[in-house]
Amino acid sequence: MSNSKSKISLWRRLVSNQMFIPILALVLLAVINLIVDPGFFKVTLGLNNAGNPVLSGYLITILDYGSELAILAIGMTLVTAATGGQDISVGATIAIAGSAMLHVLCGGVSRPDHIATPIWVAFLVACLVGMLCGAFNGVLVAIFKIQPMIATLILFTAGRSIAAWINNNELPIVPDPKFGYYGGFIPGIPIPTTVFIVAICIVVIALILKFTNLGLYTQAVGINEKSSRLNGINPTAMKILTFVILGLCVAVAALIKVSRLSTINYSVIAKDIEMDAILAVALGGNSLSGGKFNMWASILGAYVIQFLTTTLYKFDVQSDALAAYKAVVVILLVVFSAPKVRETLSAGTKKIFTRKEAA
Amino acid sequence: MEENRVLEMRDIDKVFPGVRALQGVDFNLNKGEIHALMGENGAGKSTLIKVLTGVYAKDGGTISLSGQGEVQIHSPQDAQRLGISTVYQEITLCPNLTVAENLFIGREKGAFTNWKERNRAADELLKKLDIPAKATMQLSNCSIAVQQMVAIARAVDMECKVLILDEPTSSLDEQEVEKLFGFMRELKATGVGIIFVTHFLDQVYEVCDKITVLRDGQLVGEYEIKDLPRVQLVAKMLGKEMDDLSDIKGEQGAYTGEDKEERVFEATGLQSDAGIEPFDFYIKKGEVNGFTGLLGSGRSECVRAIFGADRVLKGEKKIHGKTVNITKPREAMKNGIAYLPEDRKVDGIIGDLSVRDNIILALQVLTGFFKPFSKAKAYAFADEYIKKLNIKTASADTPIKSLSGGNQQKVILARWLLMHPEYLILDEPTRGIDVGTKVDIQKLVLELASEGMSVTFISSETDEMLRTCSRLMVMRDRKVVGELTGDDLTQSKIMSTIAGEK
Repeated sequence: MSNSKSKISLWRRLVSNQMFIPILALVLLAVINLIVDPGFFKVTLGLNNAGNPVLSGYLITILDYGSELAILAIGMTLVTAATGGQDISVGATIAIAGSAMLHVLCGGVSRPDHIATPIWVAFLVACLVGMLCGAFNGVLVAIFKIQPMIATLILFTAGRSIAAWINNNELPIVPDPKFGYYGGFIPGIPIPTTVFIVAICIVVIALILKFTNLGLYTQAVGINEKSSRLNGINPTAMKILTFVILGLCVAVAALIKVSRLSTINYSVIAKDIEMDAILAVALGGNSLSGGKFNMWASILGAYVIQFLTTTLYKFDVQSDALAAYKAVVVILLVVFSAPKVRETLSAGTKKIFTRKEAA
Repeated sequence: MEENRVLEMRDIDKVFPGVRALQGVDFNLNKGEIHALMGENGAGKSTLIKVLTGVYAKDGGTISLSGQGEVQIHSPQDAQRLGISTVYQEITLCPNLTVAENLFIGREKGAFTNWKERNRAADELLKKLDIPAKATMQLSNCSIAVQQMVAIARAVDMECKVLILDEPTSSLDEQEVEKLFGFMRELKATGVGIIFVTHFLDQVYEVCDKITVLRDGQLVGEYEIKDLPRVQLVAKMLGKEMDDLSDIKGEQGAYTGEDKEERVFEATGLQSDAGIEPFDFYIKKGEVNGFTGLLGSGRSECVRAIFGADRVLKGEKKIHGKTVNITKPREAMKNGIAYLPEDRKVDGIIGDLSVRDNIILALQVLTGFFKPFSKAKAYAFADEYIKKLNIKTASADTPIKSLSGGNQQKVILARWLLMHPEYLILDEPTRGIDVGTKVDIQKLVLELASEGMSVTFISSETDEMLRTCSRLMVMRDRKVVGELTGDDLTQSKIMSTIAGEK
């Protein structure tokens, strides 16, 4: 009796845990791949064109290409929690921040012989630009009380034009091979650099959540703004802050994106990434109407999306059909991670267990 | 079934996981009777109502209606069809629709609506019931009282035999309550049986004929109103002989420190953008004072101006005689002022957060963004106050929204006490909570004051204010019109000051 009871409560705890759905999705995807082709999990150490040792394989691809999404998911989770809305301009602001970075790096010349400013300076400029874009969105949302999706629609629409305008619609190419390290490999280290960048971001946000009240304040503001204000929290400042943090995440993602090509394509860079970032938050079981959040579930959600994309590529799904396949899987995942379904699920399992007990 | 009966409930059982919410409860309602259903929070009043209206399925017992015999009620629609109508505490109409639409929504016959006809019928009904509203007005433009009356009109118009009023008066002022009572008496005369759930004892004795008392899911008894004096009623609800409600002031000595004449807070010419006349105010150390007046006379707006909850337009604030700048809640908190807001749901609780987070919030904000409490410390704070204020919650991690109203209020109170304020403002701390908790809170206020805390106390129930406060600001039409102390602290004096008589 007590044994089965503890089994029930353990199972219920598991099912009601926010990490359950993203983990389940990961496991399912892994199992499917394992059945179809165990080679999916093969990771090999080889040499790349430059003669440096690199790890390759589908798993490495997922870790590598899921990076931008994972980083954006951090900021998107906070914005969602505090404002109960989403930022749909992240793809366009990646273009702006990336373009600004290129402009500074290349000194306004489209084919420079060497970089005009150190990479870190260019990155700082990108951070500044990203944060400014975030602040712009934040002010519209927090002070002018515009719905987040409408407020960010402005940069979503205008962002890529602004990005092109920064470099006079030219596509500067960074001559320094070192710039390619951020989106590729550092010579001698076989693990993609992006993995380290994500790790740093995760550590930083973990430290921030532990050593500040960011989590408590954003959740409080997202759940009950009036009450938060009466408790001395400044909801306006908190909302703007989350947008600024997202802007910082955008800058980091822009660094990776631009570094991968050493140049930029204004209309294609980070296209549709905002939808994936929002999806990552939802997949993590976070309410898109704000309030309580679980950062780690969102980040995991980002990798689930990348896992799915990579799996579909592996199955030779054509790239223009990819979105449709993805949509089907996404519907399933989102429905399953909906609180209502989870409740029913955990109630249902309880019934099964008690019936067994009766038998 | 007796001749005169309209409703009989026999042996009603209702079990929730882990709780027997109702155990063999009987309830009888006669034609043309106003019947009060009384009990503390959690006594089973709401559960009984919900069983009757088909929100919950009962686990045992029978429900009979006159003319229909035993009936099965599986849904609120069933109940409505059988002539049982309910008006809830929170208005459950649609504020963005017109009065007429609200009156008839969900009762249309066929797919088409004759709007002209409908508005005419609505106006007729409003006129018949003497409700000051027009059919085409948007509901949200009506006062709360009118909205409440529209809800009742809707219920009455459905030709009900049983009308359930669940705390209909908690957001009404005295005149509005009087109007509602007049209305209830008229309905009673037409033979409708009315079940009246309220926390206001005065109102029970003013309008009801009978009282049924529940305690811990069990029936205590059914009484004629004249056979059950007030003190007895409270005793029955609490299940113990109460030390007389009217005399808790004497138990706690007043604060006797040497600095008891010092003015902890003082304001001159204070005015906020919430539309109150500029007012002067002060409070001494260890003093309990209060703002009284009709609902909407500006009581809350005054204390909100003190706390900086509304935008302060002008005026000077002093703490211990030193001029300070308080324009935001955070600045007030820094100066040792705490404010428990009037509307618990909108301004108080952070619904999805745990009891623990709700308790530590104010102190945490005051401590600073970069200095979060450790988990252990947060739990220690929460557990301390859960115990101290006897908050009934499964654990400190339970979301506050799943607690009962009284316990939510205690959590908010704990939040501010944890801050150890010098000056505590309580705006309607006892609204919508049971008698036991009310007395607890009043006692706590006096106890805190005797330890040197200054408290401003606001309540819609004047006797509650008379019991706790030693000085009262009386308000009329958003203006402070008088200050009462000592022997002037009587019900009649307050009334005459509010009315503006000499």
